[in-house]
Amino acid sequence: MEDVFSHFDLVLKAFWLTVQLAFLSGVAALVLGTALAAMRVGPIAVLRWVAATYVTLVRNTPLLVMCVFVFFAAPNTGLLTGAPYVLKGTIAVSLYTAPFVAESLRAGVNAVPLGQAEAARAIGMTFGQNMRHVVLPQAFRASVPPLASTLIAMTKNTSVVAVFGLMEATARMRYFVNRNADDTMLIFVLFAIGYIVLVELISLGAVGLERRWRAAR
Amino acid sequence: MTGSVLFDAPGPRTIARHRLYTALTAAAVACGLAGVLLFLDAKGELAYGKWEQFVTPKYVRALLVDGLLKTLQMAFSAVIGAVLFGVVFGIGKLSDHRPVRWTCALVVEFFRAVPVLLLMIFIFYTWGIGDGFGPYWSVVLALTLYNGAVLAEVFRAGVLAVPSGQGEAAYAIGMRKTQVMTLILLPQAVKIMLPAIISQCVVALKDTSLGYYIVAPGLTYIGKAMWTEFPGTHLQTAVVLAFLYISVNLVLTVIATWVQRKFVGEHKPLEVGMTALTTQASTIP
Repeated sequence: MEDVFSHFDLVLKAFWLTVQLAFLSGVAALVLGTALAAMRVGPIAVLRWVAATYVTLVRNTPLLVMCVFVFFAAPNTGLLTGAPYVLKGTIAVSLYTAPFVAESLRAGVNAVPLGQAEAARAIGMTFGQNMRHVVLPQAFRASVPPLASTLIAMTKNTSVVAVFGLMEATARMRYFVNRNADDTMLIFVLFAIGYIVLVELISLGAVGLERRWRAAR
Repeated sequence: MTGSVLFDAPGPRTIARHRLYTALTAAAVACGLAGVLLFLDAKGELAYGKWEQFVTPKYVRALLVDGLLKTLQMAFSAVIGAVLFGVVFGIGKLSDHRPVRWTCALVVEFFRAVPVLLLMIFIFYTWGIGDGFGPYWSVVLALTLYNGAVLAEVFRAGVLAVPSGQGEAAYAIGMRKTQVMTLILLPQAVKIMLPAIISQCVVALKDTSLGYYIVAPGLTYIGKAMWTEFPGTHLQTAVVLAFLYISVNLVLTVIATWVQRKFVGEHKPLEVGMTALTTQASTIP
């Protein structure tokens, strides 16, 4: 265990990489997921089918296989050859997370009671006003808990890029476990606590937002 | 559904505009697909030689028997274990005794917050290596603990979703706590939970792929063996692996939907968040 504490900077660096990956992938997944959700609730059937196909295919593919596409298959065709590993990891994780984000947002839009949108139309609001003042604010509020769940799962999923050579927290734990076979339990608990802290931070943030934004129903 | 919340029934002009958009997007999507295919073809990724092994009986058998079958076995064992774990800790979380409730809650929270891969590596390096039980059971054990923790939460939600009057009526006619749980609440909770359990199979099945990191058997193991034997076929192998995973998972999803319709009816499927904090805030009424 002294080995870990004398190299504690490595632990912190590993978790910093995990945080970076989670943040970058989170932003990318939110953007892509919002676009997918917009396609899925929009009036154009072709876009709905495209988004639905993407969501179905990616949701049922393991993240590891997505990583194989990004880390091995793409360079074979000459794409992403010189890209830094963090970028590749971000691409894989965000492409994988986007469908889950889209589904969370879509559930939020569906949670808005039909009568409210109808009432807004009845008092003469245009489509834009209706979206801006009635539907979207409530949709965002309703999607906070499922979005937080998705982002938490994504943060844990960043561990998968350890398989592809990024020295983030999970890879670093393996490194320490390899060097200190007697202390595996303590090392595991240490790294587990690191992840739990990250997860609880997102969770607390979500609860705070939800409390502030709670819509009266 | 969604459409009716967001926009009015379109009039003739809007319909015409939507037709135009549809034609434009369809053209764009078709061009995009054709572009990808042409690009892959130009890079030689579509050449028969790169796909030949996937129609060769020897390799097809390896993929289906050593790959898919092992993956299904691992996922199946893990789900059985997870259901047992989930029942024990789910009931534990509903216990009237505070120490029991807290211990179970702590265990469940811990395994839900820790990445499966971290758990898998820990189990493998602590008990799986050398004379231990090997990578196969390391994967199964890790998936059992993680999915069990999720199912414990599903299970708790399932028991709480049974109308409270039923438990009260059972107590009123003089049943004991165990009887109420086993005769009244459990059978109904299991019915409500079934679709969630089947959906969890999809998660377990996808996560067996992580066994790659500790050289456990399964689809990704065979995939790695195949792109090692045929260098430069990562894309083709990944496409085939994804196809196999997606097919099995779609079958599971169809079964889950059917079970939902058949046994649960109009109720929404049980959804469980990733941590206690967010679930409590959005818990099932």
